[in-house]
Order: sequence, then C-alpha cells, then structure tokens
Amino acid sequence: MDFDLTDDQRLLTDSVARLLSDSYSFEQRKALLKTEQGWSETLWQKYAELGLTGLPIAEEHGGFGGGAVDVMLLMQAFGRHLVLEPYLATVVLGGTALRLAGDAAQQGEILPEVAAGSLRLAFAHYERQARYDITDVLTTAKPQGGGFLLEGAKSVVLHGATADKLVVSARTGGSRAEAEGLSLFLVDADAPGLARRGYRLRDGTEAAELSLSAVQVPREALLGLQDAALPVIQRVVEAGIAATAAEVIGAMETMHAMTLDYLKTRVQFGKPIGENQALQHRAAEMLVAMEQGRSMAMLATMSLEEEDAAERARHISMAKVGVGQAGRFVSQQAVQLHGGIGMTEEYAVGHFFRRVMVIEHLFGDTATHLDRLAEQVA
Amino acid sequence: MDLRFTPEEAAFREEVRAFIRDHLPREIRERMRLGHPPRKQDTIAWMRILNERGWAAYSWPTEWGGPGWTPIQRMIFLEENLSAPAPELLSFNITMLGPVLIQFGTEAQKKHFLPRAANLDDWWCQGFSEPGAGSDLASLRTAAVRDGDHYVVNGQKIWTSTAHNADWCFCLVRTNPQAAKRQDGISFLLIDLRTPGIEVRPIISIDGSHHLNEVFFTDVRVPVGNLVGEENKGWSVAKYLLGNERTGIARLGKSKERVRFAKEVAKEVRMNGRPLIEDKAFRQRVAQIEVEMKALEITQLRVVSAYAKAGGNRPDPLSSVLKIKGTELLQASSELVMDVGGPQAMPVWQQELAALANEPAIGPDWAPQMAPNYLMLRAASIYGGTNEIQKNILNKAVLGL
Repeated sequence: MDFDLTDDQRLLTDSVARLLSDSYSFEQRKALLKTEQGWSETLWQKYAELGLTGLPIAEEHGGFGGGAVDVMLLMQAFGRHLVLEPYLATVVLGGTALRLAGDAAQQGEILPEVAAGSLRLAFAHYERQARYDITDVLTTAKPQGGGFLLEGAKSVVLHGATADKLVVSARTGGSRAEAEGLSLFLVDADAPGLARRGYRLRDGTEAAELSLSAVQVPREALLGLQDAALPVIQRVVEAGIAATAAEVIGAMETMHAMTLDYLKTRVQFGKPIGENQALQHRAAEMLVAMEQGRSMAMLATMSLEEEDAAERARHISMAKVGVGQAGRFVSQQAVQLHGGIGMTEEYAVGHFFRRVMVIEHLFGDTATHLDRLAEQVA
Repeated sequence: MDLRFTPEEAAFREEVRAFIRDHLPREIRERMRLGHPPRKQDTIAWMRILNERGWAAYSWPTEWGGPGWTPIQRMIFLEENLSAPAPELLSFNITMLGPVLIQFGTEAQKKHFLPRAANLDDWWCQGFSEPGAGSDLASLRTAAVRDGDHYVVNGQKIWTSTAHNADWCFCLVRTNPQAAKRQDGISFLLIDLRTPGIEVRPIISIDGSHHLNEVFFTDVRVPVGNLVGEENKGWSVAKYLLGNERTGIARLGKSKERVRFAKEVAKEVRMNGRPLIEDKAFRQRVAQIEVEMKALEITQLRVVSAYAKAGGNRPDPLSSVLKIKGTELLQASSELVMDVGGPQAMPVWQQELAALANEPAIGPDWAPQMAPNYLMLRAASIYGGTNEIQKNILNKAVLGL
C-alpha cells in the first residue's frame, strides 16, 4: 500500500496547476464559454506540448506512457478549474477504445495524432432509448461491399460535434439489449450519411446527437472483434467513470474552499457567518463527504487495472455511487451555504454545481450503480 | 500510488487470522457471533491468550512488550480480531494507559503497571467525565489536595465504563483550583479502586446492561507516587491520550462482521413470501452500507499510511472523519441486523435461562440480542468525543472556521 506520488507525478501536477492558474480563471473560462466552440484550441495545443494529450498513450505512439494514476491527477486538476477542452472524450474514452481494441495499423495511425493534439475523438455509444443500459444498442452495421453500412442514432455524445473521428458502437448481430453482437467502428466525422446536431449540456460542455443513415465504412474501420465489443465498451465506460470521479474530487475541493472562504468573510448579525456552529458542522460534513469521495475516486482508478472483470465492475460501481453521493451533497451544500449569491450565473460555485450534476448523469447514475451492487448482494 | 496490500501484509493478515481461528475459544466466538457482548472472563481469557503470543500490547514498542508492528499491521490485526468476532482488547489498558505511561510514566510506574496491563492482571477504567464535565472536560471539579505523601481525593466521576470490573482507574483531578486557565490546574492520577472511600454505583443503560457507573471519591488517599507526569500538567497527558494513535477508532471490522451476519440471517427470515435477502429494498440498503464501508476502508488506509509516514507521532485530524463515519456505520449495521430480526428481536429474552427451565425459544437464537446491541451502539456517536465534538475538531484543525 502506497499513497505517495512519484517525482514524475509531482512534476506533472505542478506544471498543470501552473498552467491552469494562469489560463483558467473563472473569467477566462466564462470568455471561452461564450465562443462558438466553447473551449480553447490554443489551450488544447498547450496540453499537447505539455504531453497531456499523450499522457496515457504508449511511448511508441508518441505518448508519455503514463498510467491510470497520472490520468486521475490530471482530471482532478481539470476538475478544480472546470476545464472545457475535450480531454475526456478524446484521450480517456476514445483513447481507451483505441488502446484496448485497435490493431497495430489503427493505433499507429490515430494515437500519435491524438498525442500530438491534432486529432480529436468521441465515443458514440449510448442511445436515446438505452438510458444507462450499456447493451441496449439498436444501431446496426450490416456487411456491404466488403465493409459495413451503419444505420441508427446516438444520443448525448460528448464532444460529438467537433470530433474528427468517432468510435461508434453498432449491432453486427444479436438483438436489442443482448450482450453478444456488438461491434465498434471508427467513423470519420465527414462520412456521408453522418449528421451531427451539436448542443451544450447544462454545464456548458459540448455534446451532440448523431444520426447515421447508410454510412458506409470500410472493413478496416472495424475496431476490435466483430460481435464481441462489449468488454471493450465496458472498460471504456469504466475509464470514463474513474476519470470523471477524479474530476468531481477536484470540483469538490474548489467548492469546499470557496465555501470556507465565504463563511469566513460574509458578515451577518455583526459577525462572520462561519462562527455559527450549524454552518461549521455543515462545512465539516462536507469535508467528511469529500474525503470519503476521494477514497472512492482512488478506488476507481486503482481498479481499472484489476483483471477480474466482475470485481473491477463492482469496485467501479461502488466508486460511482460513493462519488455521486459525495458530489451531490457537497455541491448542494456549497450553494446553500453561499445563499443567494450561490444561485447566480455570475458566481463560480453554480458552475461547479452543474458540472458535478452532469457527471453524475453520465455512465450510469447513482441509482443505476447502486442497483447493480444490490443485485450482487450475497 | 497503490491500494493493494503488499504480499508481506497479506501474509501477516493470514497469520493473524489463522492464530485467531486456532486459539479463540469456540464458546466465546459463538456467543459473540450471536451478538452477545463479551463477559469479563471472556475479555480476560482472550487478552491473556494474545499476551502469551506477544500481541496484547499490539501498539506498544518492543521495549515494553509490544510486537513492534507498523501502523498498517496494527490496523490489520484489529480488523481481524473484530471480524472473527473476538473480544476487543481492553482499550483502557492498551491504547490509553499504556502509551501514556510509556510517554510520561516513571521507570517504576512503567515496570510495575505495563506488564500487568498487558496481561490484564489489572483491569483499568477511565475517570474523566463528571456530571458537570462532559464534552467540556476541562471544567472537571474532582479535587486532589496534597497531604504529605498523599493526595486526598474528593469528588465524583460518571459514565465510567466497566468501573465495576476494574481494579484501577486513571483519573483527571483538579490539583490547583486557582489556576488562571482551567486546563492548568489538572493532574493525572492512578487510583487503586480498593482504596477506602471509593464507591462504585451502577448506571443501567437503555439496553438493560450494566456497563456504565458513577464513581464517588470521599477522602480517598492516593500516594503521590501515582501521579503521572507533573502536577498540574495532567491536561497535556489527557490530550496525548485522546489524540494518541486512533487506528482502531473506525472499528470497521465490527461493522463488516455485522453486515456479513445480517446477510446470513436474512436468508432465514421472510419478506413478502420470499427470503428477505431477495428483497430489493433490503439489498439496496446493504449495498449502500457496503459502499460506505469501502470508502471508509480506504480513508482509514490513507490515515494510517500518513501516520506511518509521519513517524507515528502526529495524530491526523482526519481521525475525526474515521470516528464520525465509523460510528455511523456501526450504528447503521446494528440497525440493519435488528431489522432483520423483526418482531423476534424485540423480546427481552435470555436463551440460556430459558433453556435451564426447558422453555422453547421465542425466535431464532441470534434475534433477541439484536435490539440491545442497537440500543447500546447509540452510545458510539457519544463516547470518545461526540460526533459533534469531532466536527468541532475538524473545524479547528482543518477548516479554520
């Protein structure tokens, strides 16, 4: 057991903290949100220069060869500043799919570009009718002309409208909600028949609805095994859960710090409101929740490399529940203790609140994962 | 960063588990599994078995008979002991008095009291709280007045756990009522409970048990050689005692054992015509507790690792997180298993007595003990610094409010 960071990890967190404190003030972030794209191409290139876009990518593909802990530390730092760039979609979700399922040619073609910051990915898996059911896929891929013809729709695809390539799941066999018969495909953003309708989520990040009508892809677009992509999809989702759990920890840290600051400076009845024990105890309860959540985010990260799939899924579900509940409590209390100012668009705490809210509703919400755990009680 | 135990730590866990399996008397284990608190003779018997193995004084340095374990080994040992389930080590002797004497005691005090405490030749209790001094401990009034080679003690202690079993009591007494700061007039005294002038009166708890007492001191003569540390410096001794290593404070092994037991007995009782264990609401309740236990397990590892790293000399304010969540989970698990018992958990029933009279059992043999356990564990968030006081500590030490 060891909770220490390596020298490299300390270096990483220091340099990321420096970059973000220079370039991600609340005002700077608000300005980014007002642009059409909603995030910064310039900063994306800076991430690439710092090696962040290649952080978990192997050195042979131009990456840094880092592990899950490195990504956790980075996502936590991103969470503290509510970073808007498509790191989760490109590096965590798309990158994990490529690393787990890509053949040498696919990896060699795509991963170096991801590491260099010149190619962005999105993971187009969930569909509107599926809610959080990972096997509920209606999109089909039928063999045609040596390749496949994709037909269907994908919903709330993170950064789906700006990605250069999409990792799309589709049925090559089986029927709705069956575990067998799922396959993954790499689809170019400009493929004929692919329509993307971009919008913002409540936290200001970008997502899209995709419709695929007769999208023709070559045989080489198949990513991983035909009909047997579910384990890969599962692991991509798990990587997403671990990464966003770390992001929530960072967001909770900022919200908690802002709340403490407010309790110390806001004066009512002639004294700082933080002198009221009711509020002191609430702040302590937020700390307890945050630390319990932090432990769970660590569990999620450490579990990503667990080989026993059932054990891995169980720990990931526990972490999703633990972080989901902690995040909800801390963010609700952060707004409550700020009072009216916490309700305003002009104040940062509400932006953190919304990011945590959105994350809780990705990759299976608290109730979904608690239900999965309940099914396994024995 | 790595959350896994090292192979050495895993092997250590196996060693502890095997020892407990092979040496914990079957009768004690069975009583505890059914939810009974250990009897005095159970605790003494088990402590002596552990002491023979060199494990009773598990947190003491080797110089004074401890095994020289790392904080992580101690945590593993405590967890295995609790989840066996075996009687808990008498904390008054091992985690309170022992470290205090090692830090502040004279050579004579150490040589005399430490081996006896480890072997439970002396059963110690803690004389801190008074009717007017609960969470506000520094307002205590029990007076000790110097008279030649003795202190003469007059006053009253309350909530004194196990005083009726005890041979000795370590007490906070006021030796200087004139001190400008209340904390500066307090001393730490070791009092032999057989001394004339001491009266122990029982307080019966809401679970029906006799665990707590009032202790009255009337002109009790205590040799000055029983003073620990300097006169009027007892507050720092007490602070050391309370802030001392709190590896075991979460008592996670106990909660884990209770949840395991609840799942086992939930197969025997029914809900809507099916075994309770198949009920969705019940399963979600269990899952929720298991999630929180997992989080606490990792938080505990973080605290213990940080403690080990700091050279084991600085209490982590996050211990208060362990106390708060640990006691919440103890309470939640005791509620869970009581609810499994249902109506059969409600009778006041002593199966042993009923068996003597050839009376048939009212319900499953484990059920009657579940309500008193639940009742008794309401105290968990009160003793050792109430959970509200823990939040005050977090405010002072971490939040700076």
